[in-house]
Amino acid sequence: MQKVMLERAKALLSDGTVRAVLAWEKGDFAYDTTPAVFNSAERLEKGFVYSPFCGANLSKYLIKETQKEGKILVFLKPCDTYSFNQLVSEHRIKRENVYVVGVECKGMLDIEKIREKGVTSLISASWEGEQVRLVTADGEILADSSELMQERCLCCKSKKHVAYDELLGEEGEVLDSNRFDEVARLEAMSAKERFEFWRGELSRCIRCNACRNVCPACSCEKCIFDNPDSGVQNKAAADPFEENLFHVIRAFHVAGRCTDCGECSRVCPEHIPLHLLNRKFIKDINELYGEFQAGETELPREPLTEYKADDVEPGVVYERGAE
Amino acid sequence: MTYKLNGIQLNEFFARVASDKKLYLPVDTENGARFEEWTEGKTLSSKLNTVRSAKDFFFPQVQGIVDFKLEGKNIEVIDRREEVKDFVVFGVRACDAAAFAVLDRVFLSEHVDSFYAEKRNAATVITLACSNPEETCFCSSFGIDASAPGGDVEARLVEDALYLSPLTEKGEAFVESIKDLLVSADDAVVEADKALIKAKIAKLPLASLKPADLRDKQLETFESEAWAELSQSCLGCGSCTFVCPTCQCYDIRDFDTGHEVKRFRCWDSCMYSDFTLMAAENPRHTQPERFRQRFMHKLVYFPMNNDGVYGCVGCGRCLKKCPVSLNIVKVMKRIGGVKNEQ
Repeated sequence: MQKVMLERAKALLSDGTVRAVLAWEKGDFAYDTTPAVFNSAERLEKGFVYSPFCGANLSKYLIKETQKEGKILVFLKPCDTYSFNQLVSEHRIKRENVYVVGVECKGMLDIEKIREKGVTSLISASWEGEQVRLVTADGEILADSSELMQERCLCCKSKKHVAYDELLGEEGEVLDSNRFDEVARLEAMSAKERFEFWRGELSRCIRCNACRNVCPACSCEKCIFDNPDSGVQNKAAADPFEENLFHVIRAFHVAGRCTDCGECSRVCPEHIPLHLLNRKFIKDINELYGEFQAGETELPREPLTEYKADDVEPGVVYERGAE
Repeated sequence: MTYKLNGIQLNEFFARVASDKKLYLPVDTENGARFEEWTEGKTLSSKLNTVRSAKDFFFPQVQGIVDFKLEGKNIEVIDRREEVKDFVVFGVRACDAAAFAVLDRVFLSEHVDSFYAEKRNAATVITLACSNPEETCFCSSFGIDASAPGGDVEARLVEDALYLSPLTEKGEAFVESIKDLLVSADDAVVEADKALIKAKIAKLPLASLKPADLRDKQLETFESEAWAELSQSCLGCGSCTFVCPTCQCYDIRDFDTGHEVKRFRCWDSCMYSDFTLMAAENPRHTQPERFRQRFMHKLVYFPMNNDGVYGCVGCGRCLKKCPVSLNIVKVMKRIGGVKNEQ
């Protein structure tokens, strides 16, 4: 796949279709890939990579990149295309300035899970059916992919590319995902248990804002929490409850727009399962307004911004916790 | 002088230390190793290092300074400084111990930061040699020796036996206080362990990485074209700064609860748009400028002002935690900070 992508990128760059290529660049190790804008075939040759460690969702970079003149090529994995559509629908990406090449994704690996298995000196990782071949300096290991994949990939919602100008591989299909199982488990808790669960998880927050900054739905020019004029700017909270509210407010703000790409949890240095807050909203929206997947189309019917006379009154439908 | 435990288990040693003062050590949790207060049943982490650095002991993320309570025409001023009792930190790695020296240069120089100083003075730091350094480690790039991690007492585990070498007066006092648990140890064991660790470090993938001395090249480094390109993928989050053991910038803020004002100090990040925001404006308008600041500070300005000491200790946390794997190693390689000795 990497070779095909590289050739295609070089061709589209050389025939002038695109001015640059937004893709992943290899680093010092097998797993430390970085999103990068490549503007020459030489740079692509030197640094382009597509491996099971290219989890970063490139769609948000297009906000900045499509403001520039000319087209940029972007490689999008199926779940990234949902974020892309959502950003297009919010007029954050200039669709005419981007050339989307859809690439297949068999799920991305979690380097921390690999480290937990005691694997060191990793040279490369590749898919072999349901298994992953890890090549290390000390030899090769064939491991079960379910043990090494990122959480979001273990319950992948869709392998379907919902936006593309060109596809390398299959269009893919929406999958039958069990992604709401963990939400259901939290819902089954008593209000007190759930409160304690979240207080515990959120207590580790170091307020690095990685979740917010990576989130394609968080695209405000100036976040209210960074704005000294807002009156609620908070770099760090004076008390921990305030800290917890940051995440709750953020989840509310992206409700109905979050595509469940899972970047928030991937980047959290403290492993806080932030995606569960968003998934709870998605599950509620599905139950209250009918199935809705943000980013499925460029012009969606958005349940939280569209009024219908027979809309449910959630306060009536849901009781406020078990106790 | 080196000692070893007289045949007792590590946990008995911890229990004894904790009977006198609070003892903190890295323990394994579901979310990685963390420094926690030792209580019965807690065991030393098997991980190389903690998720958060040990700077939290002396420079916590949030430090209450003073509260103002308003009642009628009166303002009550409540000092939030808490009494700091002596404590012991066990298991600090060489990188974090070296980071204390970096922080000391900032907080204990001419204008002593009393919040930092009182915690630092209260602590006895027992370091632990790195028997199994990881591939993201590059402390040796900054002249730090993970086989001799420093601190008040230098500890090492050799074949499950704990060896202790006091290095400071505080360290001597600590050893004296538990003398009945110790026997003299053979220095040859220590030397052999050091040699073994050094050999492992020499084989690490980043072992050949060496920072360039950029003290005379401030302007040309500042103006390098590399910054624009490097910073392209930076998300502008503060992960790197907040897991970093040497990042020391802070802000002092007032939080109005409605009935009182809490004045507190908190970590700040040069990656943030409101970093050093002043009445007139912010001196750094764009992310590339903020990004440049972080690395110029660690690799150029800090050494310029501190006898060539770098503001990075090579702990590798930012290598593991940056959401887009953009880290100081990649920066050092780009801005001419590499001298490959091989």
